[in-house]
Amino acid sequence: MTRLLRDRRGTFGALILLVGLICAAAAPLVTSGDPNTQRDIVATRFLPPLSTDAHGDFHPIGTDRFGRDVWTRLVYGARISMGVGVLAVLVSLVVGVLVGAVAGYWRGPLSVTLLGLTDFALALPRVVLLLLLAALWRPSTALVILVLGLTGWMSIARLVHGEVRALRARPFVEGAIAVGARRLRVLARHILPNALTPVIVAAALGVGNAIMLEAGLSYLGLGVQPPTPSWGNMIASGRDTLVNAPWVATAPGVALVLIVVACTLLGDALRDVLDPNLSR
Amino acid sequence: MLARLGHRVLAGLAVVLGVVILTFLLLHAAPGDPVHLLLGPNATAEQVAMQREALGLDRPLAAQFATWLDRFARGDWGRSITQGLPVRQLLATAWPATVRLVGLSLLLSYLIGVAVGALQAARSGSRSDTALSVASVTLFAVPGYWLGLMLVLVFTYWARWLPAFGAQGFDADYLSGAGWLVDRARHLALPLATLTLIGIGGAARFVRGAMIETLSQPFITTARAKGLTPRQVIVRHALRNALTPVVTLLGMSLPALFSGAVFVEAVFAWPGVGRVLVEAVQARDYPVVMAATAISAVLVVAGNLLADVLAGWLDPRVRAASLTT
Repeated sequence: MTRLLRDRRGTFGALILLVGLICAAAAPLVTSGDPNTQRDIVATRFLPPLSTDAHGDFHPIGTDRFGRDVWTRLVYGARISMGVGVLAVLVSLVVGVLVGAVAGYWRGPLSVTLLGLTDFALALPRVVLLLLLAALWRPSTALVILVLGLTGWMSIARLVHGEVRALRARPFVEGAIAVGARRLRVLARHILPNALTPVIVAAALGVGNAIMLEAGLSYLGLGVQPPTPSWGNMIASGRDTLVNAPWVATAPGVALVLIVVACTLLGDALRDVLDPNLSR
Repeated sequence: MLARLGHRVLAGLAVVLGVVILTFLLLHAAPGDPVHLLLGPNATAEQVAMQREALGLDRPLAAQFATWLDRFARGDWGRSITQGLPVRQLLATAWPATVRLVGLSLLLSYLIGVAVGALQAARSGSRSDTALSVASVTLFAVPGYWLGLMLVLVFTYWARWLPAFGAQGFDADYLSGAGWLVDRARHLALPLATLTLIGIGGAARFVRGAMIETLSQPFITTARAKGLTPRQVIVRHALRNALTPVVTLLGMSLPALFSGAVFVEAVFAWPGVGRVLVEAVQARDYPVVMAATAISAVLVVAGNLLADVLAGWLDPRVRAASLTT
């Protein structure tokens, strides 16, 4: 942990994520009013950043076309976007590591079946599947988490599989087998710890990716439904007013990039800390 | 090796069949009837029944699927329900636009990404490495549709340099030679820049990670100890070993050549397959969705196979491992 904090990237990533989480958790404290409040629309819409409206309310990043405060919506949107990202990756992680490790270590029908399943799931066009499922059921946050999780485990499984397969051929594994260690022990104690390095990176990237995909779905109108704010549907609504009010689409995008960068940096720092082979 | 390849191809065909069956079932289970979308809310029950019969939608699902598969295998992909055009024609018109966009961006982003990543790994820890890392991490974190919007804001609305949508101008039919080429290039610029910038971020990060991992291996120390120049160590020894996972990654992105970049195509109204696909799903255009899904599934399987073969070719250890099974 101290080594993680000594890493500048880790500190920066953790700090950004912490600020994001605190803002999201303490949303009513850091903002004023409800994210969906609309007052006098004509008088308060498209106010530029750092302006004060006729009611005396200050808008740090302006208002959108309904006169809603963009900062308030951004903070409430963080709750949805970040929550979905983390939960979706947890789902993928559990499935992916299990499938990849088993398929990579044991040869035979089980491995072939699992690899076939992975190939099969990879061959499903993710976006078409997301579109279809969003049409099948009413779009909801839980559905987005489940769909993102269940369409995101394959890359993790393939990574783990590749890594486990490559490690199997390494001398230290042959050594462990030669001294009579049981296969499950070899897998759990010798192979998996070495194979998890790319998985941690993949998971950190996965959180960012899931946040981006959630925003993408919401952008296409298939994720979180307005008026509930999510970064994706905020960008979508800002798209139509890009010329006269660019801040509406810019702000949620910047927030998204910051959070995804933070996830990535934290993942990188974790990788270096967890892998003693990598000395810099 | 050949027997193994044949085995893999057979398994791949099974995967494609499974994907197609699943898509077929999902499409038919989803609410929303193409006939209702086609005829509108004022159609009488009789008209609906007639249209269903004409499209063959009144027959049992298994029979519909068998007919579709039989015709698809023979090259008859049916007609789009909403547009009345043959599906092949629809996809053949959209496909070149996608290949142009995605193919070019894949090529550019991997070429630049590998170079940047290798350079960073060679000077790992230096100031230029840090700066490039910050750049690639940021690029990798940008969602395509948002970067697209920002580029449109800057280059179309503010600078007024580049067009924001479509693959060609309204006067494209009257242009010839250089004018035509310039028009195409100007329309390609923003979507290509969007996809390539994001691609570079991903590729550079990946290559840097793989290279640094490789550079910590004992054989690199040996190579250095033999007195090879740093350049030889990086290019001949480290890069070749680090490229194996990159090849796998490239194989996985092959299907994008067909299915396109859905979000970026949506932002720029790029007339590619991704847009056709989204419109077809929304309109429940069964023949179009089925054909597009089948082709992208074939490409996914082919891409993975290609990546495996290439990985074996690049890394004899992988080849040896797969031969012993």
